[in-house]
Amino acid sequence: MQAGAEAALQVQGLTLRYNDVLALDGASATFPSGSMTAIIGPNGAGKSTFLKSVLGLVEAEGQVSAFGGPVAKVMARIAYVPQRAAVDWSFPVRVIDVVLMGCYRKTGLLGRIDRRMTAHAMAALARVGMQDFARRQIGALSGGQQQRVFLARALAQGADLILLDEPFAGVDAATEAAIIGVLKSLRDGGATIIAVHHDLSTVAAYFDRVLLLNRRTVAEGAVAETFTRTALAQAYGPALILDPAA
Amino acid sequence: MDEFLYLSLPPMVIASLAAIACVLPGNFLLLSRRAMLGDAMSHVVLPGIVVAFLLTGSGSGVVMGAGALAAAGLSAVMIEWVTRRAGIEPGAAMAVVFTTMFALGVVLLETTGTSGVHLDVEHALYGNLESLIWLGSAPPELLRLTLIAAGLALALRLVWRPLVLATFDPVFAQTQGVPVAWLRAGLTAATALAAVAAFQAVGSILTIAMLICPAATARLLTRTLPAQLAVSLGFAIASALLGYVLAGYAPLWIGLPFTLSASGMIATVSGLMLAAAALIASQRARAAL
Repeated sequence: MQAGAEAALQVQGLTLRYNDVLALDGASATFPSGSMTAIIGPNGAGKSTFLKSVLGLVEAEGQVSAFGGPVAKVMARIAYVPQRAAVDWSFPVRVIDVVLMGCYRKTGLLGRIDRRMTAHAMAALARVGMQDFARRQIGALSGGQQQRVFLARALAQGADLILLDEPFAGVDAATEAAIIGVLKSLRDGGATIIAVHHDLSTVAAYFDRVLLLNRRTVAEGAVAETFTRTALAQAYGPALILDPAA
Repeated sequence: MDEFLYLSLPPMVIASLAAIACVLPGNFLLLSRRAMLGDAMSHVVLPGIVVAFLLTGSGSGVVMGAGALAAAGLSAVMIEWVTRRAGIEPGAAMAVVFTTMFALGVVLLETTGTSGVHLDVEHALYGNLESLIWLGSAPPELLRLTLIAAGLALALRLVWRPLVLATFDPVFAQTQGVPVAWLRAGLTAATALAAVAAFQAVGSILTIAMLICPAATARLLTRTLPAQLAVSLGFAIASALLGYVLAGYAPLWIGLPFTLSASGMIATVSGLMLAAAALIASQRARAAL
């Protein structure tokens, strides 16, 4: 099958209940190969939960397939960039150690980290402009630098479906530009990018597709057709004062 | 010299081995914010040991060790159960379970005739390090702790990469196919094993101290995990040796006619090392500003 013809990720009727709260209510979406999608929606819309359910990190009902098969079989091709706040940044590891964690599947349980693997991790760091920080302890980094290290870890994994949870939350402008540059070049190389995103003003500039989520799918498709006032009002409620055409 | 070889060296080596066995899982308990588990495990072994003795009438280390491990396993299950059913945080669940289990052990000890075989509350707290001397043959604790410390070191070497990954970022680790739940259970089991082995030789106070103090001290002074582990092992052994010597000889040096509990003194030394490291680390942080 030709690249682009097959969906990189297909989600059907994803439903998840936390005790009495419905976090996801039959959300469905299709992410074509080589596309770059923003998942947007109000707080509590289940955006992070959507990513975690897709990855099988939380057990949700519904069908998820990646590259035409079950997700569990193609996890090596899927990279996940969690929210920065998900880890303890005072943990005693260096930047290069974190990036090498992305090579875990390649080295295996006992595999030694050889020079080739270190060079591979250094190249991933260089792509996000962090090569000079390799030997720093991660606690010494700024928020933006931490986010770039997380992205480098995903790059080291060499995946072609990348799920990011709020990669631009609390980062500086330089980091935001560096990250979006890397993501776009990955997309141009055929990878599929899906990111939970908060800043509605940058959706059109950064992404080519959008998934509007509010526990269920409100709208999905190309930014031009989907990122409309009507759909936004449906997802966020009529109080939102933002004109996507502006 | 002979006196030192037969009377002092074996307990010093045993204290060091117990410290090593505890420090290995202790570093990861600390980093995964489960330090309380060490506290729990070293308390719950008491009722296990007492029940094993009451059931079999045997005072052998293997029987008591099995009882202690069973109690540790039961407690781990109870902690999970209390956490889920009562909906309280794991630290509180551990505190509830281990204090209850330890109290049960104390009641069992006091109401049954077990004190004749080195089973009493004092030994549970301080162990009987001073009595582990070379009497014609090596004390059995020496071999047991050597095997357990070596086994834990080997196991740690084998799972080092996935364990570090699962401790730092369990969610990402899961996406990499790391068996996070198994590693977590394995760390609990390793903690139980170290706590049981150490408890029999050195008592619960020293076990708790060794599970956490050297790792916490090293954490303040190092930046990478291999360095933290190495430094914590160094501190553990140093406090075992220094504490033992201080307990046995320091009162005599200043003319007092008694000796102190070796376990208590070793725990005190490791606590003082932690305090010193905290002072150094805060000085450094101030200098860096």
